[in-house]
Amino acid sequence: MNGGVETALVIGAMSDIGRAVAHALAEDGYALQLAARDPARLERETRDIRVRTGGAVTVHRCDVLDEDGGVSLLDTLDPLPDVAVCVVGLLGDQAESQQNPDAAERVIRTNYIGPALLMGSLAERFEQRGSGVLVGISSVAGDRGRAANYVYGSAKAGFTAFLSGLRNRLATSGVHVVTVKPGFVRTRMTDGMDLPSWLTAEPEEVAAAVVKAIRRRRDVIYVRGIWRLIMLIIRAVPERMFKWIKWA
Amino acid sequence: MKLSGWGRYPVLDCRMERLRDHNLHGMLDRRHTLIARGNGRSYGDAALNPDLTLSMLAMDRMQAFDAETGRLTCEAGVLLADVLDTFVPRGWFPPVVPGTKFVTVGGMIAADVHGKNHHRDGSFGAHVESLTLVTADGKVRECSRSEHVDLFRATIGGMGLTGVILSANFRLKPIETAFVMAETVPTRDLDETMALFEASRDWPYSVAWIDCLARGARLGRSLVSRGTFMACGSLPSRLVREPLCPAPVGRLMVPFDAPSVLLNRASIGLYNALYYRRGQVRGGARPIHFNPFFFPLDRIEAWNRLYGRRGFVQYQCVLPRAKSPAGIAALLERVAATGQGSFLAVLKLLGPAGEGMMSFPMEGYTLALDFPMRNGTLALLDALDEITHRHGGRVYLAKDACCTPERMREGYPRLGAFEAVRAEAAGAPPMFASELSRRLTL
Repeated sequence: MNGGVETALVIGAMSDIGRAVAHALAEDGYALQLAARDPARLERETRDIRVRTGGAVTVHRCDVLDEDGGVSLLDTLDPLPDVAVCVVGLLGDQAESQQNPDAAERVIRTNYIGPALLMGSLAERFEQRGSGVLVGISSVAGDRGRAANYVYGSAKAGFTAFLSGLRNRLATSGVHVVTVKPGFVRTRMTDGMDLPSWLTAEPEEVAAAVVKAIRRRRDVIYVRGIWRLIMLIIRAVPERMFKWIKWA
Repeated sequence: MKLSGWGRYPVLDCRMERLRDHNLHGMLDRRHTLIARGNGRSYGDAALNPDLTLSMLAMDRMQAFDAETGRLTCEAGVLLADVLDTFVPRGWFPPVVPGTKFVTVGGMIAADVHGKNHHRDGSFGAHVESLTLVTADGKVRECSRSEHVDLFRATIGGMGLTGVILSANFRLKPIETAFVMAETVPTRDLDETMALFEASRDWPYSVAWIDCLARGARLGRSLVSRGTFMACGSLPSRLVREPLCPAPVGRLMVPFDAPSVLLNRASIGLYNALYYRRGQVRGGARPIHFNPFFFPLDRIEAWNRLYGRRGFVQYQCVLPRAKSPAGIAALLERVAATGQGSFLAVLKLLGPAGEGMMSFPMEGYTLALDFPMRNGTLALLDALDEITHRHGGRVYLAKDACCTPERMREGYPRLGAFEAVRAEAAGAPPMFASELSRRLTL
């Protein structure tokens, strides 16, 4: 903390969800640390947040595809944030991921290895301090492997499991871990997809859910409640049947 | 995708793309034309182009705010609603607001919108200090009253035809509270209505709602509403606790297209009569939040669906002051004669014209009407156009969907100068074009 103002770190702040989360946190009174691959491009976002909220914003470089998984980011953070939200993700193209191992590796590293290592390193420092909230944006795609997106889905499944383990390990340490499964969100990632509007959240909805989950120390949230039910059903279908069903 | 203006007429199949950053080069292609589109609140065909309609809604970053002068710099896709949410709590209000807050800054400049304070403060463009514009050559030009002056004047009210506005800066004005002291005064006929406008010149905000089914001796009977922002000291005690609340009022939603039979002579007559009575009963000044005062229809989301699937057209014209009494009476008589009625009939006294070459406002009375699109509507509009034309008036391009090139040309005397500037900025044939410019052979 610095002078009563809590600090929040958003990793992947250039994404649509990252930007919405940053705005929601700034409005909630947090000083912000924004991290992205290309910090120069964050200039536009930081000015926007400063004008709208008058809050403090610092900019940091972080690329989860770097050799160190982006962990060097941590050394640039002063103070160590009270809240860290990881919004890093890459849907990739399933067909390309099947044929090209490099493409698959990129998806897996971006959605699992990078975010997991980052959250893990932050967790160490939060644990030493004895406080903090870690928020990982995972995905409903990680709830069950589907033909249409299993490379992405499996990486998200790994991330979900990692966050779950981290949460359980840190349960008595004062550090809290939130897993967010947004379902469909209207972003650049889903641009051009024909998504049913009742299942599709706006980035601002995800951001509001994240802020609420931080405040209430929730464990696992689905942004729209309906997704909890849908994924319950999808998980319940026996694999013998599941493999014949063509999910849209 | 199928695209239309707020009136949902006409509907066109348009290729739509979103501009995501300041780099437009991929979009400027000599092989097609394009038009920038804000939040789609112009009524007719101004923000439609089948070749390429470029949505500016992702260009919504604020860039700078000077708390000393109130000058805000922001990207063109920032919504007026966003400006209000951000700055009303800090004691600032936009210099001019139109009848809805769901418009973009770029759209307000392109249409050079006016508000209830036009007689005192002019149109929105009068408060714009500078804007950045991308022209057909891909260059980004900073336009103001000292740089690229002609381009600045052509772009204010230029309906997006001179280029793509990327950002702008304008001055907000200080307010002490978010509340307006408003009063509604009923008038018996058109003469009385106009006399009241003249007598209300010192009120910062004024507008009249006309009962457009009233005929004969009662023609032009109105409810004139006028208001002024309240000072902190004059707030009633129940409002003192949060004098600057941006108060997002609850929004009602029109979930589906209403059957068009809903709007008929009887229902409009009933609505008009009720509205008029209500105004009479509620006389006297009272505090009202700026939201219902400036944006009464924003409470009903998608109110344009009330007019059913065929959509509606809005007709707004302005007549020079000297010809207004006769001209407005002729327009109202023509409307009353059809018995078609208009849910919204709004009259307002405008101040002198601004510097925008194609800006709509000029000194005189402006009348806005809307009609559900049905058989006979186009004929009625043509008749109204003829009356406007005969009285030396012009129609508002941000609302128009039907005017002919000839009448439009006569209504806008600075069109020649505009076309010269546009030819330079947009190239030949012009790269920036819309269904409106095609229809009006601009």
